[in-house]
Formats: sequence, structure tokens, C-alpha cells
Amino acid sequence: MSPKIQLIGVKKRFGSKVVLDGVDLTVEPRSSLVIIGGSGTGKSVTIKSILGIIRPDEGTILVDGEDVTHLRGAARDKVMKKFGMLFQGGALFDSLPVWENVAFGLIQGRGMARKPARDIAIEKLAKVGLAADVGDLFPVELSGGMLKRVGLARAIASDPEIIFFDEPTTGLDPIMADIINDLIVSTVKDVGATALSITHDMISARKISDKIAMLYGGKIIWQGPTAAIDNSGNPYVDQFIHGKAEGPIKMAVKA
Amino acid sequence: MNPFASIGRATMTLLAHIGRLSTFTGTALAAIVAPPIYGRLIGQQIMRIGYYSLPVVGLTAFFTGSALALQIFLGGNRFGTEAVVPQIVVLGITRELGPVIAGLMVAGRVAAAIAAEIGTMKVTEQIDALTTLATNPIKYLVVPRLIAAVLCLPLLVAIADSIGVFGGYVVATQSMGFSGGTYLKNTVDFATQEDIVSGLIKAGVFGFIIALMGCYNGFNSKGGAQGVGNATTAAVVSSSILILAANYLLTSLLFSK
Ligand SMILES: Nc1ncnc2c1ncn2[C@@H]1O[C@H](COP(=O)(O)OP(=O)(O)O)[C@@H](O)[C@H]1O
Ligand SMILES: [Mg+2]
Repeated sequence: MSPKIQLIGVKKRFGSKVVLDGVDLTVEPRSSLVIIGGSGTGKSVTIKSILGIIRPDEGTILVDGEDVTHLRGAARDKVMKKFGMLFQGGALFDSLPVWENVAFGLIQGRGMARKPARDIAIEKLAKVGLAADVGDLFPVELSGGMLKRVGLARAIASDPEIIFFDEPTTGLDPIMADIINDLIVSTVKDVGATALSITHDMISARKISDKIAMLYGGKIIWQGPTAAIDNSGNPYVDQFIHGKAEGPIKMAVKA
Repeated sequence: MNPFASIGRATMTLLAHIGRLSTFTGTALAAIVAPPIYGRLIGQQIMRIGYYSLPVVGLTAFFTGSALALQIFLGGNRFGTEAVVPQIVVLGITRELGPVIAGLMVAGRVAAAIAAEIGTMKVTEQIDALTTLATNPIKYLVVPRLIAAVLCLPLLVAIADSIGVFGGYVVATQSMGFSGGTYLKNTVDFATQEDIVSGLIKAGVFGFIIALMGCYNGFNSKGGAQGVGNATTAAVVSSSILILAANYLLTSLLFSK
């Protein structure tokens, strides 16, 4: 089986600051890969590079074997239709009601009429455990957990082949985090999608992944099946998953 | 500190800005002609940019017209030209003050609002979200605002012209002893099509500047709330300066014959 997503030697710097320093990564079809790593290590930059929101300086990104690194315009839009994304802060459009947020990709991206798009939106909201009347609320009226659910409904609305999750549980209480983790697992299975998530929440990472990769110093320093993470034999991974201050990972603490 | 180095750095920053603004303008213009046309969004923006600017533009035009009439009457006293108040009011309003006052007022209202809205969308990743939903942010956000502003400003200025002349008329008939009929007759007889059309052309250009600077600064805002605040200020200041500079250029182009 050829990989769904493949990154080969992807590099990105902002000014003089090197964020990605040759990332190599492979995501198999219908698998769920989680990238772990500390804050500011470039996890979001990695996802945004695949999405084409950030242009890498070097390297190649393949989606279904197609080189998408430099795609623009209509060709880029076509690849975009394979993707769904749950943003870290939700990134819901605050000028639109919830249902229109969920239906956005159907109406604007695919030119569907508003009425049938609304029906699909209500159906997707039900999938994430939200009642139909939530559809008429505006994003500012939602709690943190509801925001994530709506973001999830929007990400799956056009039945994407690949779904990206950026810190899906950050900022939620442990119970809500667990509910969101369950929803991610069930919706990804339901849609039959490939999932690529990033998080620093190890509970979430263990629950939603079948493979884990660790990003450190701009490179993937370890990857393997989720079950193998406790016996990685890698001191960086051990330090991270046990959350220890002592170890080879030095946090840049600014005075 | 080497003075040449800092001059060089400032020049580089300025050139980088001009380069980025040119690219942005080019992308936006290309997006205007590319399908799809978001009619619904253009309609919304016409309401926000045009309709809701009517009170502000109307009030400022009224007071400007009245003050202009008063100045000409009182100042004209010195060399006996009180009689030409209607002619000078209509000339000053249609050619110059109508477009400039309306342009600056709308710049304050609309460029700020556009920059704040788009800037907030930028820092909360809503613009990235548009991209992931297969929607071009330039097409979806910038094009409707550009089209609406270029359509609305001439209409607003046409209204500002009428209200400005009316402001002069009120003062002239109430406190300068002009008869209403004479005032209006002198106004209509004197004003040429060129006076009015030149002002409307200026207005279209000002509309473009306002929407462009609002969008450009919004798209380039960085950081959180403070970044959005900076973008808003920059949008108002840069659009106001560009409006006044363009006004001079257009005046010299349109009337140099
Ligand atoms: N658009 C950008 N411009 C400049 N620097 C950026 C940009 N996006 C991310 N960075 C920097 O890249 C680094 C990695 O960011 P990010 O990928 O968001 O980290 P995380 O692993 O927490 O998701 C950070 O230091 C951040 O400041
Ligand atoms: Mg991040």
C-alpha cells in the first residue's frame, strides 16, 4: 500500500530561526499517527506545511503519491478537498452561525445549495453529540467543549480522506478531553479517514493513535507503534512521556 | 551607530512594504475577474460600507457646505465677492471637499473596521481555516470589500455633494439674505458636468484605497490583540495619507488641459 502522506526532508525557517530541519514522515492510509513534542517545536508548522498554508523552504510533500509541495490555485484547491482540519483554537468564523460554519466547505468550497448543506450540517452536529438548535447559535455563545465539537463537525462535514487535529484536547477539563478523544476515534473510523494529529497530551496521544512520532530539534527523533512508546529506549521520548524536568531535553527558558 | 546603515535599513523596509503591497494588489485584482462571484457577500459589504456610512458622510458634508458658504461670504467681503457664494460652494464641494471629506470619513470608519475584522480572523487562524475549506481568502474576503467600496464611494460622494450644497444653501438663505431661487439657479447654471464627474472618479479611487489598505493591513497583522490594534491604526493612517496624495495627483491629471 502506498503511503497517504509522505514528508521527505522538509525544512522551514522563520528569519534566522530554524523550526523544521529535515522532517521525514510517512502516514499509512486509514492509520492514525500522532506527532508529540514540546510547545514551539514546530508541530503546527508541520501540519500547515502539508496543508499548504506554510511553504516549506526545502523538501517534498506527497499526498497519495502526488507532489503537492508547490501546488497553487485550482490544483491546490483540488487537493484541499481531501483534507479536514480541527484547529487548536477552533478557528470558527464568528460572523456565521454554527450550522453555517459546519456547512461552509460544502457551500463555498463545493457550491452546494444552502438548504441541503444545512441538513448535512445538522446531521454532522448530531454525530458530535450536539442538538440541532445549537446550529443557530453563534460561536461566541459556545463553551470550550462545544467549540471543539463544532470544529470537529466542520472538519468532517465534507467527508475528507485525511483529517488533521491540532491539539484537540488542549484547554479542556479531563472528562471533556476524554469525550473529545472518543469522538475523534469514532468519527475518524466512521468516515474511514486517515488521521494526523499533534498534541503534547500523552493521554490523548495514546488513546487516538496507532503510531506515534516525536518531533524534537526540527527532526523526527523516534517513531513506532503506540504500544511500543513505553519501551522506546530513547531518552528524549522517556523524558517527554513521563514529563520530567531532568533529562536530555533542554527547555529554552527566557529570563 | 552608522547613519548610512540605518538609512539603508529604513529604505529596505520601505521597499519591502511597497513590494508586498504591490503583490497583494496584483493578487486581489486577479481574483476580481476569476470565478466564482460572491454576490451575497458583495451585497453585505455594500450595506456595511455604503449604507451605514450615510449618516456620517451626510452630517460632515452638511457642516462643510455651511462653513464653506460662511467663509466665502465673510472673507469675500474684503473684495466684494459675496455674490458668488453659490458658485464657489458648488465648485469647492463637487471638485474637492465632497470626495475628500467623504473619503476621509469612510477611511476612518471602514478601513478601521475591515482591518480589525480581517486582523482578528488572521490571528485566530480563521483565514487558515478558509484555506482548509477550499475557499480562497482573497476571493472570499478582499474582493467583495473592494467591489463594494469602489461602487459605494461615488454614490456616497454624489449624496455628499447634494447635502454639501444644501448646507451652503441653508446658511446663505437664512443669514446672508440670498433668495432660495437665485441661489439654486446660480448653482445649477454654474456647475459643469466635469466638476461633478471628476469628483466621482476621485471617489472610486478613494474607495479602492480604503478597502485595499483595510484588507492589506488586516492580512499582515501579527500577534494578538495588540497586533490587531496596530493593523487598525495603520489602515486608517495609510489610507488617509494615500487618499490625500491621490487627490492631488488626480486633480492635476483631471484638470490639466
Ligand atoms: N508564521 C510564522 N512566522 C514566524 N514564526 C512562526 C510562524 N509560525 C510559527 N512560528 C514559530 O515557529 C515555532 C514553532 O511553532 P509551532 O509549530 O506553532 O509550535 P507547536 O509545536 O507548539 O505547534 C515557534 O517558535 C513559532 O514562534
Ligand atoms: Mg501548535
